[in-house]
Amino acid sequence: MDLFALQPAIAEIFMAVMALILVMVAAFIAPQARASKFTRRATIATFILAGWMCLYNGFTPISAFNGMFFTAPFMVMMKLLILLGAMGVLCMAAREVEESQIDKPELPLLMLLSVLGMMLMVSANDIMLLYMGLELQSLPLYVIAAMRRESTRASEAGLKYFLLGALSSGLLLYGASMLYGFTGHTSYAGIAASLSYEGVSAGAVIGMVFLISGLAFKISAAPFHMWTPDVYEGAPSIVTAFFAVVPKLAVMALFMRFTHGVLAEASASWQQILMILAVLSMFIGAGGAIMQSDLKRFMAYSSIAHMGYALVGLASATPAGVSAVMLYMLIYVLSSLGVFALILALRREGRAVTRIEDLAGFSRTHPLYALCMMILMFSLAGIPPLGGFFGKWYVFSAAVASGQVVLAVIAVLASVIGAFYYIRIVKIMYIDESETALDADIAASNRFIAIVAAAAMFGFMLALATLRGVIDASVIFARIVVG
Amino acid sequence: MQTEWPVLTVLTFLPLAGVLFLLLIRGSEEVVRRNARQVALWVSGSTLMLALALLMNFDPDYLGYQFVDRGDWLVGEGIGYMMGVDGISMPFIVLSAFLTPLAILASWNSVQNRVREYMIAFLVLETLMIGTFAALDLVVFYLFFEAVLIPMFVIIGIWGGARRVYSAFKFFLYTLAGSVLMLVAILVMYNTAGTTNIPTLTAFGFDPKMQIWLFLAFFASFAVKMPMWPVHTWLPDAHVEAPTAGSMILAGVLLKMGGYGFLRFSLPIFPDASMQFAPLIFVLSIVAIIYTSLVALAQQDMKKLIAYSSVAHMGFVTVGIFTFNAQGIAGAMFQMISHGLISAALFFAVGVVYDRLHTRDIDAYGGVADAMPRYAVFFMIMMLGSVGLPGTTGFVGEFLVMAAAWQAHIIVAIFTTTGMILGATYMLWLYRRVVFGAAERDEIASLKPLSRREIAIFVPLTILVIWYGIFPGGIFTLMEVSIDSILNQLGTR
Repeated sequence: MDLFALQPAIAEIFMAVMALILVMVAAFIAPQARASKFTRRATIATFILAGWMCLYNGFTPISAFNGMFFTAPFMVMMKLLILLGAMGVLCMAAREVEESQIDKPELPLLMLLSVLGMMLMVSANDIMLLYMGLELQSLPLYVIAAMRRESTRASEAGLKYFLLGALSSGLLLYGASMLYGFTGHTSYAGIAASLSYEGVSAGAVIGMVFLISGLAFKISAAPFHMWTPDVYEGAPSIVTAFFAVVPKLAVMALFMRFTHGVLAEASASWQQILMILAVLSMFIGAGGAIMQSDLKRFMAYSSIAHMGYALVGLASATPAGVSAVMLYMLIYVLSSLGVFALILALRREGRAVTRIEDLAGFSRTHPLYALCMMILMFSLAGIPPLGGFFGKWYVFSAAVASGQVVLAVIAVLASVIGAFYYIRIVKIMYIDESETALDADIAASNRFIAIVAAAAMFGFMLALATLRGVIDASVIFARIVVG
Repeated sequence: MQTEWPVLTVLTFLPLAGVLFLLLIRGSEEVVRRNARQVALWVSGSTLMLALALLMNFDPDYLGYQFVDRGDWLVGEGIGYMMGVDGISMPFIVLSAFLTPLAILASWNSVQNRVREYMIAFLVLETLMIGTFAALDLVVFYLFFEAVLIPMFVIIGIWGGARRVYSAFKFFLYTLAGSVLMLVAILVMYNTAGTTNIPTLTAFGFDPKMQIWLFLAFFASFAVKMPMWPVHTWLPDAHVEAPTAGSMILAGVLLKMGGYGFLRFSLPIFPDASMQFAPLIFVLSIVAIIYTSLVALAQQDMKKLIAYSSVAHMGFVTVGIFTFNAQGIAGAMFQMISHGLISAALFFAVGVVYDRLHTRDIDAYGGVADAMPRYAVFFMIMMLGSVGLPGTTGFVGEFLVMAAAWQAHIIVAIFTTTGMILGATYMLWLYRRVVFGAAERDEIASLKPLSRREIAIFVPLTILVIWYGIFPGGIFTLMEVSIDSILNQLGTR
């Protein structure tokens, strides 16, 4: 066999090999804390190298494994985003894992495997590979969620995540089998060709509905969002940060590829589904977030709402929509990382705290980081001239351009509700006082991530043209399915 | 008209450069405090100088936009950075640059808490205000217009009074709810016309049916900002809780963004819809003038009273704008500028006594004139300006609006005139209760007279109010050509 034929998948292969090697090596390092530190660093290095390999592979579209695997600029960009998110989370992990008693070498390795699954999902060009990637992505996450064994909350979260995740995988698999049954293909190209030559049969539509429901579960779009707040709250904070950022990117990439590539012919049917998902997510996310007192639950609802906005862009069924969603996800990842970097750093008298009220007095003890948090919150709320506004601008712009003005109006109204709970955080940080001060020290990596994220939200408008150029050039490949 | 160097961009972002200096200040808390004030004052002072230089070089006879800057910054095809001024925006830019240093001076001693952050908020606000008036691209305009919420929310929320949290939220959410609809309208316009360049959009000519929806969406935003009855309720709360300087800027400049929006967007871009909705706007304005004047009569809180009077005065502005004749629009413009000066001075006047007695309750005062004679004079001039006494700017604006209202509809004129009488009632009553009478309480008899700093704030405002009350021509020549072009657009000239 020609080894060069594997080159398109070099990053994934490298990650798989590294995961296996690291498991072996970590087993021989004692004590556990050292092993954990080692695997964490090695995993970060692996991510960096994998990112470099993705880039090195370049921006020429190529497929491998008989067309099962396809990589092109769109995939490269999404993979880079995933790697960036995962790396950001791991960089903040050092102190957090120690305190929440999950300082085990398995944690980074499981994340590595999960990220590998995500990269396969993004590059999949066949339902079989897609499902493999999806499961490889999910299974390590179930373990991670329940990693803090002695905590009943974490176990509950893990179990809930597992049960509902398994259900959603089941839905997705069922939908995939329907699609296969009615089109006779498992390859994206085959399905797309069948849909365009033979028309969209009712069975294919049913399959599609199941498939989209399964995916909606994974990005926690309403009404499939129920697991999100509980899992976010119960899991250790660092795991929550990972859940909030990384898998969403992969599934969103899959969403884009599936809807705009494979099911492009059936756009009339899935547009409606996406609109319903979007509207429900925006309102349930916004309404739910108002009532929360726990920062992690708050971020859960906030992420539900943000997935809703992203789906608004996707529902436009145009290339502009896809590019808007990519930009939106980029902003979402950066700002979520920044917020979580600060949430993870919140401590009172040495104990980690995650209640929203615990932010009281944050502006007194940490003026700079409170400012960062404020910028991030205003950005998440979509107030110009911060990054979040431009994310929303392009998404709504895509919606209006495809004639969905009503959807855009609903979306902006939801964003007003959203603004309420984001500025509530600002109010608590700047106006409320607290008796006990928050601990002064914030880990250097968290400081760095928070400042970079806030600066990025601020400077986003300056990089707009470049970013848009790069993204627009890659969007076309989300629609291409190779045979 | 293109200039050699980007003077408008420099003017807009000069205060932002001052923020960098503020961030660099190091030293003990006291040193930071003192230096922050100085830096903020100097930066806003230089901005004022630059704005005045711009005014000197402004050619009032030129039809179109002057000092136009274009940048490479692009949001999308047809959306890019463009700045420029005409006779409508020039006065507001000068007004913003003029009021900011006064506001900073006004909070010299009354703000002791987080001074550096306070000054940063004001300088950022100044940049955003000037940018709002100078933007010639709808998206750039929206960026500035909306971003104003952030510093204002912070100013009310952190340095405000007892109920500041409630007021800050109300201010933020009301204004945001209004403007997001405008955002959708901007998207629709962009999608239809392919650009958000304001001069191009003005010439575009939207379909009359579409204009109705677009007009309503823009109206939602500007009506809240203005504020018009019945969406004015955020204003009294925001004013009462905001620090003195915050109220000065809020009443002096931010309210004018609504009127400016009507003149820059609603009338020229949606002329048909504007004509169609004029009766509705007259009704809302009349209700605002009469109703809020009556409400003002019942107030016990000085700031609240002046806040309600602002709503009433803004009612005159909307009546003037929607009469669609040269007098009405010129009167509305003049009234906005005049109100910017007078209301800023009145809020400062409240702040002066509040700093001394820490109450805004009207009944707590009485006989202030004995202890503070100079204050009584300044307060009186401003009060009479607000009432619309001939010889002050207040008269010129209101008179022109009423004259135009006669041409539009007699009923409108009758009601607006009634509003003017009511205005005189509550202002004179306020003045009598606060300033005249015998000082019954010892604290009032021993009030400290005006300091030099306070006089330095009153004097320029007073001079302008009287000067332009007697010689209003200077302001009118500034905007004549631009008003003509709006009327051309409306086809009513």
